[in-house]
Amino acid sequence: MPTAYVEVYEEEFERLEQALRRLRYDSNAKAVFLIDKNGQQIAAVGDVEEFDTTSLASLTAGNVAATDGLAKLIGEREFSVLFHEGQRDHIHISIVARRAILLVIFDERSSLGLVRLRVKRASTEMDEIFEDMNRKENRGPEGQVETSPFSEITDEDIDSLFGD
Amino acid sequence: MTFINYAAKEINCKIVYYGPGLGGKTTNLQHIYNKTAPDRRGKMISLATEADRTLFFDFLPLDLGSIRGFTTRFHLYTVPGQVFYDASRKLILKGVDGVVFVADSQTDRMEANVESIRNLELNLQEHGFELINIPYALQFNKRDLPSIMPVDEMYRMLNYKREPTFAGIAPQGVGVFETLKSVAKQILVELRKK
Ligand SMILES: Nc1nc2c(ncn2[C@@H]2O[C@H](COP(=O)(O)OP(=O)(O)O)[C@@H](O)[C@H]2O)c(=O)[nH]1
Ligand SMILES: [Mg+2]
Repeated sequence: MPTAYVEVYEEEFERLEQALRRLRYDSNAKAVFLIDKNGQQIAAVGDVEEFDTTSLASLTAGNVAATDGLAKLIGEREFSVLFHEGQRDHIHISIVARRAILLVIFDERSSLGLVRLRVKRASTEMDEIFEDMNRKENRGPEGQVETSPFSEITDEDIDSLFGD
Repeated sequence: MTFINYAAKEINCKIVYYGPGLGGKTTNLQHIYNKTAPDRRGKMISLATEADRTLFFDFLPLDLGSIRGFTTRFHLYTVPGQVFYDASRKLILKGVDGVVFVADSQTDRMEANVESIRNLELNLQEHGFELINIPYALQFNKRDLPSIMPVDEMYRMLNYKREPTFAGIAPQGVGVFETLKSVAKQILVELRKK
């Protein structure tokens, strides 16, 4: 079966959130998002209610994908950082662990230099968490505490999703 | 790439609507958006040109309720259909879980349909996927127009692996949810096999 899965378990989720919280605090940012390269939000901290987080995740991933495409066209592997400057709010986008996107939204209470510095430190930490996640994924079901809850999905479960 | 978050109890899947330009992909998403309760859908984003042609993608997040205690979300994307947007199409297929092919039933668009399926096959391969293995549904759209090819003839021409097929008139909603359900079910069945 070709479909791949990204799985996040409780322990790593909490570690990731903690790293995000620290990054947000240290960099004085409004909000920090961790997004899967396919456009799905992994975790978010800060003033997240202010934003349409689902759209934010999808557009950020689209932005990174397009920029990656551009990089390849000119013979670069990737552009490691993207920065969008607004009148009030600014966006700093970087890649962590080659598979996730870190999005920091900040305003005049912070600065690009500070964000860049703190993102670097947070990335190192998150690289490690992702490595642990990879190990868990590769270990497969026997390494998990419980068996996949999805093996027991019934046709009725599926039909009920559509209100049939 | 199905994204399973055990901590937040969420499953996220990605469905891509593929097909030749002006076949009705964006219209499929618009209909789904219009007919879905506001608390079950996110914002629909269209990155379009001024002439309303899809430039990069349309995006519609749907929340279909829960399965085994996990909130089940589908992220629907469309690709730009015109031949020269191939680089963008490739990007959007990244991490796809299932594909809906929206074919244009007009006889003079058959070649464009065939070409687009071939293009889908190749672009999936670049991501390490095979169309033969991936959840897939085929829609014969624009059944309301005058110069269209009969459905059985279209089937012979376009079916790839005996995938489920649906006749559609996207602006009226005919076949739209049936097609979506079909591919969503196939994705969840894959999840069960996991
Ligand atoms: N008559 C008719 N027009 C359709 C149908 N589906 C889409 N259209 C129209 O075809 C045009 C292109 O549709 P669009 O969804 O933008 O195509 P896309 O390029 O595949 O996204 C629009 O003007 C639609 O209103 C259909 O089933 N019947
Ligand atoms: Mg379109």
